[in-house]
Amino acid sequence: MKLQEYQSKILFTMYGIPVPNGRIAESISEVKQISEELGGMVVIKAQVLTGGRGKAGGVRIAKTISEAEEYAGQILGNKINGLLVRKVLVDEIVSIDKEIYLSIANDRNTQKPVLMASSFGGMEIEEVSRNNPERIIKRVIDPLLGLRDYQLRDVAINIDLDRSYWQDFSNIINQLWKVYVDSDASLVEINPLVITSEKKLIALDAKIVLDDNALFRHPNLSDFRDKNAEPPTEIQGRKIGVSFIKMEGNIGCLVNGAGLAMATMDIIKELGGEAANFLDIGGGANAKKVEDSLRLILSDEKVKAILINVFGGITRCDEVARGILSAFKELQTKIPVVVRLVGTNDEEGLHLLEGSELIPAKSLHEAAAIAVRKAAEVAA
Amino acid sequence: MSILVNKETRLLIQGITGNEGLFHTEQMLNYKTNIVAGVTPGKGGDWVLNGKVPVFDSVQTAVEVTGANASVIFVPAKYVGDAIFEAVDAEIPLVVCITEGAPIQDMMRVKQYLSSRRTRLIGPNCPGLLTPGESKVGIIPGNIAIPGNIGVVSRSGTLTYEVLYALQQNGMGVSTCVGIGGDPVKGLNFVECLELFEADARTDAIVMIGEIGGNDEEKAANFISAEMTKPVVAFIAGISAPPGKRMGHAGALIEGSSGTAQSKIEALQSIGVKIARYPEEIPGIIAL
Repeated sequence: MKLQEYQSKILFTMYGIPVPNGRIAESISEVKQISEELGGMVVIKAQVLTGGRGKAGGVRIAKTISEAEEYAGQILGNKINGLLVRKVLVDEIVSIDKEIYLSIANDRNTQKPVLMASSFGGMEIEEVSRNNPERIIKRVIDPLLGLRDYQLRDVAINIDLDRSYWQDFSNIINQLWKVYVDSDASLVEINPLVITSEKKLIALDAKIVLDDNALFRHPNLSDFRDKNAEPPTEIQGRKIGVSFIKMEGNIGCLVNGAGLAMATMDIIKELGGEAANFLDIGGGANAKKVEDSLRLILSDEKVKAILINVFGGITRCDEVARGILSAFKELQTKIPVVVRLVGTNDEEGLHLLEGSELIPAKSLHEAAAIAVRKAAEVAA
Repeated sequence: MSILVNKETRLLIQGITGNEGLFHTEQMLNYKTNIVAGVTPGKGGDWVLNGKVPVFDSVQTAVEVTGANASVIFVPAKYVGDAIFEAVDAEIPLVVCITEGAPIQDMMRVKQYLSSRRTRLIGPNCPGLLTPGESKVGIIPGNIAIPGNIGVVSRSGTLTYEVLYALQQNGMGVSTCVGIGGDPVKGLNFVECLELFEADARTDAIVMIGEIGGNDEEKAANFISAEMTKPVVAFIAGISAPPGKRMGHAGALIEGSSGTAQSKIEALQSIGVKIARYPEEIPGIIAL
């Protein structure tokens, strides 16, 4: 789960990492009020979970209060990279001498946290990584020991930081490590961390990504979830207890298991079709879950055929078949549905489907081929 | 021969009295897996499944009394870290964690701790291990694989079953099937598992089932090219997956330009590994 910049800055403030003075606003009048409090010169930043906000016009510097109102009007209620802006952060302007990149992230490669810093702050770190990889300093952190003081000095030296800033810099990294550990983050990033002309270090931007698996430990942070930032179908998926991602095609998919769900979408593509969604129904495909999932799939009007692929394994296929049948009795859809069941009691399960509108298939390949053909027929 | 589990495996179940734990313990017993103990703190002294399995309060006691040499973990995600630490401190050589949804920082701490210990960890978020006809440790259905000479290693669950089933339908048997799990931070990885299969006298060919996210398949390609004599057939799921979306598994996420199915397939193909376009194609490719 990604936090908005303003939410990340709330956390930073709690840990004593300096951020610019500023507040969140949802209306032009609020922007005006905050701008007056901050003395006129402000930066207005759209709070949307997308990279490249600046390039897309979501970050504007206003020299006067009337300019602040004007820009707020242009940003609030409009879309940045396809996302509706409901809130803007209004921050004081900070004079910048130097920009630094700083982050701590889960590193899959070493299976440990990694501290990254660069004297090339303020630009996309991916770009720095491509063009000037030698300018990114990486230090692996022992997850049991935490950061060592020498590592902090080492990073400061390697990004050519003047000695007069070492103490402040170390404090900020230590606090950033605490934010990372305490909130179970997978990424905490300050880009840029600036040195102001008053020789102060300030986190101008803030990005935190939380580990969804650990949210149970942080009920207060779960409240930060921005329901508006997610497609409604994915929220509905979470509600009914399935993993759902909307795609562009017209063949709805209902599969048990994430890997098999991907493989099912892949074979649809291989055979010239396109999946309308990824849906992992998980273990225990009971009637209620099957019905809820089918409703979710059918809420997309583009869907022209549905492919149900359940590898029973220990789950009994006759039970799954009964679930599918009862779901269909409720739903009354005319869209062709291909069903493939494999596992314990699969013969019995397929037998139960006989006489219904459902189209049984023996193999994954056969099921996908039928679904692709049916979708094309219905679309034509 | 086989890898990791066999008839000598004396299995302990952590979280044996929970729904999942109890259900799968029964399945494993039906498969004739040698289950010697269960652990649920607070339930020590009980017996479950009609008195077949004794329950202990701690892993240490269970090991001392029963000589368990492997553990499979079914405890809820929030207790996974502690359960693994407990098994490691009891010096169990093999720990298999089935539980899905373990916090990543917990797993990083576990992984770091393991680096100075002798325990081997499989998972978390994995279906476990199956040596057909000998031992089933985890949740892989026992009836979809027969003994044979093909090693199977996979990051997925039901997709693995799909492959086992396809092999069985074609009369092909399996030496050991290893589900290494779908999380970004995990125990045994592809390279380590391939190394075990390469050294196993009963394994003649290997099926590797990968998916989008990370670069374990690319590392496996390097290892296969440099160290392996046995043929490897691979399937990589997620060729149709969009970047930036977590496809169910925590580890299945294309970040930037890395971790795509295409890059993995290219890395494997470039060193001569044959790639199946869908799971049912695998038996035909092995037979070639």
